[in-house]
Amino acid sequence: MSEKDNWPLWEIFIQSKPGLNHKHVGSLHAPDAEMAIENARDVYTRRSEGISIWVVPANAISASSPEDEGSFYEPSNDKVYRHPTFYEIPDGVKYL
Amino acid sequence: MTKEEALLEYCIRLGDDSLILGHRLSEWCGHGPILEEDIAMTNIALDLVGQSRTLLTYAGEVEGKGRGEDDLAYMRSEREFKNALLTEQPNGHFGDTMARQFYFSAYYYFFLQELVNSKDETLAAFAEKSLKEVTYHLRHSSEWVIRLGDGTEESHQKIQESLENLWRYTGELFMTDEVSDMLAKEGIGVDLTQVKQKWDERVKQVLEQATLTLPEGTWMAEGGRKGVHTEHLGYILSDLQYLQRSYPGLKW
Amino acid sequence: MEDEKHLENFQNYVDAEKKIEPKDWMPEAYRKTLIRQISQHAHSEVVGMLPEANWITRAPSLRRKVILLAKVQDEAGHGLYLYSAAETLGADRQMLVEQLLDGTAKYSSIFNYPTVTWADMGAIGWLVDGAAIMNQVMLTRTSYGPYARAMVRICKEESFHQRQGYEAITALAQGSPEQKEMAQDALNRWWWPSLMMFGPTDDNSPNSQQSMKWKIKRKSNDELRQEFVDRTVGQAEAIGLTIPDPDLKWNEETGHYEFGEINWDEFYNVIKGNGPCNRERLKARNEAHDNGEWVREAANAYAKKKKSKAA
Repeated sequence: MSEKDNWPLWEIFIQSKPGLNHKHVGSLHAPDAEMAIENARDVYTRRSEGISIWVVPANAISASSPEDEGSFYEPSNDKVYRHPTFYEIPDGVKYL
Repeated sequence: MTKEEALLEYCIRLGDDSLILGHRLSEWCGHGPILEEDIAMTNIALDLVGQSRTLLTYAGEVEGKGRGEDDLAYMRSEREFKNALLTEQPNGHFGDTMARQFYFSAYYYFFLQELVNSKDETLAAFAEKSLKEVTYHLRHSSEWVIRLGDGTEESHQKIQESLENLWRYTGELFMTDEVSDMLAKEGIGVDLTQVKQKWDERVKQVLEQATLTLPEGTWMAEGGRKGVHTEHLGYILSDLQYLQRSYPGLKW
Repeated sequence: MEDEKHLENFQNYVDAEKKIEPKDWMPEAYRKTLIRQISQHAHSEVVGMLPEANWITRAPSLRRKVILLAKVQDEAGHGLYLYSAAETLGADRQMLVEQLLDGTAKYSSIFNYPTVTWADMGAIGWLVDGAAIMNQVMLTRTSYGPYARAMVRICKEESFHQRQGYEAITALAQGSPEQKEMAQDALNRWWWPSLMMFGPTDDNSPNSQQSMKWKIKRKSNDELRQEFVDRTVGQAEAIGLTIPDPDLKWNEETGHYEFGEINWDEFYNVIKGNGPCNRERLKARNEAHDNGEWVREAANAYAKKKKSKAA
């Protein structure tokens, strides 16, 4: 790593309540793990979304590869990687 | 001076510290060195302005003349502001801001640790809530002092200079007078000599870890607690108070 | 490998309302369109901080100040979520930011207008965020998974943005004559640029069709613009403000408001860089970036030292 480089990318996992799994919420850039945790607190828990934070260097995550064509027909159970769908998509966000 | 008068003055000092430092940090919003840090500094600013609202509201209650947080923030003049001079110093570069934040947060952290034991319930509750916030401010600013100190040659030089330049404003944080003495004796306020000791230790420890040199100057500036400020405060107030002063008595 | 079969499968998959995920096969044009759109969106959030940050130190009450601070902070957060989404497509944030800084990437033109009075904070929250939300709600259903999820998060947080803006301008509209004038003036200045936020008319928006087919976009520019007008007129009336459009009238038959012609010359002119604040906004972002360079480098250097010590 050179000093001129972009700060590395970290994947962020937040535990929202005791007893629940840490869930992937997104990513951010930070120079090291300590700062990644601090930044994750500010970026991803501004509305008290979490009680515990994991940070993982993005390049340390290995993802399963969907079979090229198969994946289109079988959005299967093992389709897990960087950004899992854990949000319910709302019917419509209230306007005013 | 009565106990009530001292308490009022005490709350104003604390409230002004948070308000003015929060104001300074809010000036960074949109201009931080990287998006993540922009968000972090704004978080600290939000905590501080929030703290000042609690304290100024309480000050108004103690005073009993019907003044609220906005009357105190927006309708007092330069000589009536009692924040420490450190808090009004300009943002400068990121190192200047972090040095200012580190000095202040280290003081405030140990100050609040004592204030949680205050016999004044409002102050004790305030301290308990704020301590959680300030713990993070101290951690964040310490991490940055360490990274800048033990980073590149350029950053080392810059943060060393920031720490030297602001050093003269740290003494005032621990200066005692009739107000602080009276309230400390009553078990309402904090014994600043204890805070100073812990502050010295912490600053020394962090600077050592950061490979930085502890500034040695012994001359300390003072005046903020008496309302005699550096030239910077007037400009802060002309921004802060502009609308309330231009259109007095309106609701926003 | 971009043969007919792949494309057809992809289209069927999208048509079945399934989300495309980062490692799925996707047409190169889909990837490129998304990177461009998501990064423009991210840039808009980040540049969009500036006009509002302009009033943080001058907010007229401590309550308004913390609200505005929290809102502008959210925008930084939203920029970050969006850069993250773009990075799942293989783009590098630094590269995207550089495109913003050297002027090759676009961002929403609305942020090239100046915030000249406090009432603009109300108008921006109410109108600009209001217009943005129309688009963002649509995008929670966009076909690319990480983008849709970022938008869900953003929409959850945005709901307070528009409300605070409407509340702030309501306070003015119901205040003193000077305040009321300030509110109306802000509406006059922000109304038309807000309508322009939805982009060119459908006839003049050649890329839209492909985006609709791929379900990146789910509603056309004109549809969204009409929805916005229909919703907003009543909100203005409710607080006694007048929409600055003499041609605005309710059409009983269609159930929609008809509105006057948008000044498209102005629209294209601002996009070209001739808006009131284009230069200031880019200058501010460039300064922040340049002034932060030594800080980012220092943190890298420290991380490197620590790593080599640990090794």
